[in-house]
Amino acid sequence: MDAILCLEGVGKIFPGAVALSDVSLSIARGETHIILGENGAGKSTLIKLLAGIYQPDSGRIAFNGQPYQPKTPHDAQQSGIRIVHQELNLLPYLSIAENLMLESLPRHAFGIVNRKALNSRAVALLKEVGLDIDPRIRVEALGVAQMQLVEIAKALSYDSKLLVLDEPTATLTPPEIERLFSIIKRLKARGVTIIYISHRLHEVFEIGDRVTVLRNGRLVATRDLEGLSVPDLVRMMIGRDIADEYGFDASIVPGKVALSVANLKRDASTPDISFAVRHGEILGVAGLVGSGRTEAMRALFGADPKLDGVVEIDGKPVAIAAPKDAVRRGLSLLTEDRKGQGLLLDMAVDKNITITDLSKISHNGLLNRRAEAAAANDLVGQLRVKASSIEQAVRNLSGGNQQKVVLAKWLFRGTSTLILDEPTRGVDIGARREIYQLLWMLAAQQKGIIMVSSDLPELMGMCHRIIVFSRNKIVGEVPRAEFDQERILSLAYQEYVRP
Amino acid sequence: MSETTVSAPVSPGRAKFLRFLVRDAGVLLALVLITLFFSATAPYFATSGNALKIFVQIAINTVLAAGMTFVILTGGIDLSVGSVLALCTVVGATVMIDESLSPTIAITLALLACMATGAVCGFLNGWISTRWKIPSFIVTLGMLNMAAGAARVVSDNSTITGLPQSFVDFGNLIIGGFLPSIFLVAVLVIAAGWFVLRFTVFGRMIFAVGTNDEAVRLSGHNPDFYKVAAFTISGLTAGIAAMVYLLRLNIGSPIAGVGYELNAIAAVIIGGTSLSGGKGSIIGTLVGACILQVLSTGLQLLGVGDNFKPIVIGLVIVLAVILDAYRERLLRRIR
Repeated sequence: MDAILCLEGVGKIFPGAVALSDVSLSIARGETHIILGENGAGKSTLIKLLAGIYQPDSGRIAFNGQPYQPKTPHDAQQSGIRIVHQELNLLPYLSIAENLMLESLPRHAFGIVNRKALNSRAVALLKEVGLDIDPRIRVEALGVAQMQLVEIAKALSYDSKLLVLDEPTATLTPPEIERLFSIIKRLKARGVTIIYISHRLHEVFEIGDRVTVLRNGRLVATRDLEGLSVPDLVRMMIGRDIADEYGFDASIVPGKVALSVANLKRDASTPDISFAVRHGEILGVAGLVGSGRTEAMRALFGADPKLDGVVEIDGKPVAIAAPKDAVRRGLSLLTEDRKGQGLLLDMAVDKNITITDLSKISHNGLLNRRAEAAAANDLVGQLRVKASSIEQAVRNLSGGNQQKVVLAKWLFRGTSTLILDEPTRGVDIGARREIYQLLWMLAAQQKGIIMVSSDLPELMGMCHRIIVFSRNKIVGEVPRAEFDQERILSLAYQEYVRP
Repeated sequence: MSETTVSAPVSPGRAKFLRFLVRDAGVLLALVLITLFFSATAPYFATSGNALKIFVQIAINTVLAAGMTFVILTGGIDLSVGSVLALCTVVGATVMIDESLSPTIAITLALLACMATGAVCGFLNGWISTRWKIPSFIVTLGMLNMAAGAARVVSDNSTITGLPQSFVDFGNLIIGGFLPSIFLVAVLVIAAGWFVLRFTVFGRMIFAVGTNDEAVRLSGHNPDFYKVAAFTISGLTAGIAAMVYLLRLNIGSPIAGVGYELNAIAAVIIGGTSLSGGKGSIIGTLVGACILQVLSTGLQLLGVGDNFKPIVIGLVIVLAVILDAYRERLLRRIR
């Protein structure tokens, strides 16, 4: 095999955590190589090593037969490795053409930009990725899919030998994904080597030659994709069959309706939606990223404005204009963006927990630090948060423990209905199980639970019912007895596939 | 990956001590060192007369900086305090020289008028910047101009003199021979701020809003309330600082306070409060104000010319911000 990239025993250690350990891997020239793994498996660390953002602590990397030791992203680009990151790195206020050739703008004398050459070269590059668009348009005016293609075109403009695509389909619709795939195939035909990182299993078969699976920072296996099935990949990724790690508690019988939403309309262009969750019920919310799940929950909670709709709690209509109205009525929202919206990262664990209701630990506006510490210690113990003390800043906790702190803060407040948006994203398996157990405990206390997740097996393991969003609309409701991955997925795609 | 538990490298007790050392004691140590340096090198520096002078001179800036600390802790900035102070001095002086009132009543009314004027200006700063989501930098820049203009209008562009004698006497009072009355005012303001920030729910919310206002909002609070309150407090302390100004200089002047906002901000930053909000202490602010004044006085006594003095002080401010960035990294490692 003619290897273009060769990793030998590569490892990377962060304080207190091994991110990547003894990874040996070779990528054949001209192949499309899939890298799979759960969150925290080491995929992004691996990319950052290739991109020159991190340097390996052990092992060797060779590119084109030469030792490859990029110190900066610039070094990586110079060597011919180009990375399209998940969070796109375009400059929104510059034109497409300027973005494409930012690092080597064609010039006249005195450094004045040669617009004509710039734009004609840009048109040629865009054509290669199948984008027929005026290169003078500012990038901010583009949709995500188009931006992605511009990024790929940019990568091509540097005559890249190796193109790394980091979860490029995470925010794309099925037709856009199809288009991206046809471009990837074209690039492959031209001899470009591609490393394709994903966690969407069903799509990798279409484009991949070989697959490498990472788990907990270690390489599980590298195999030809041909002959493998989705369950095979799952087994490799999580190390076992999807057994019942969710612990569905059949003894819990959902009671009366805890929260109902009728004709919730976010804005003039979105359809209205209605749904309800019962006491003691875990209601799953499925759908693609960007299908309006998160937005609906935020509107319901008063975090974003809504146009219309009636929210009833225990049968009584309530007005929710801001999160404080929702919180006062016993709703809790665990946001998708834990660090940006859920936590006070630089503040201590105890202060994060008590923020939801300081009146419980104060008297006449004066804080009672002893009562605060007692309450925080109590919840930290109950949820088994691993922290050196309640005075540790939550920034330094692991993802799973941070998520437990978010749960603790809502338990401190006392809640009747919890809305959880991607509660286990970026949470390691151990903590994930503990979170599931906690949810069952809450369900047993007759709390209503709404669980939004992109992890379908998780929803199918945890929920009594699943409602499915597709293009801002609730397109279906599936009871537990009829749970079926194919059916839920086809519902999720429904509104995107239709013209 | 950060998904695995990161164990703290040091024990909690020791971490607490190290944290104290890095965050609070550092500035205090700097103050001590600077003071020792000037005591050894500058003539007359280590005299009680000079110490008194420094106490008198830091009073105004300390009071302004106390309010500024609240604003900066929420992640804002208040550029208007200097000219709000000017406006308050002319309002206060105008009330105080009203012949129809007895001195005691006039002084009391003047104090209330100063505080109310300042608080209204501060409230407007906060309300406008939160209501329309405009950076406080711009809003308070506007207020800087508006308040300066208003000060001229109120005073008819002239200096107001003739304050009651009892008021002037109080301003010159040195309690027990070592504590100037106006420094006492400054210390009381700092003490009140310290108490509020450390022991009250309100103070906790100020820190929380500065750390992550969106998380605070989604936890069921209204972060704008606390931001507006912080600006109102800053205006209020500008009003109190105006009274200190009147006590010290005995005139209400529409051109008072030029550049005071920058000194106040410098004191807060040198004192270790982070410009990005959420972290800092008001005791640090007091120390920061002391460092600025000790430097200024010390350099003067050393014979460093008026032209070079601002260069040195400017360098110290920049150094403080560099240290702040470094301190963050250090603290992160300790925790």
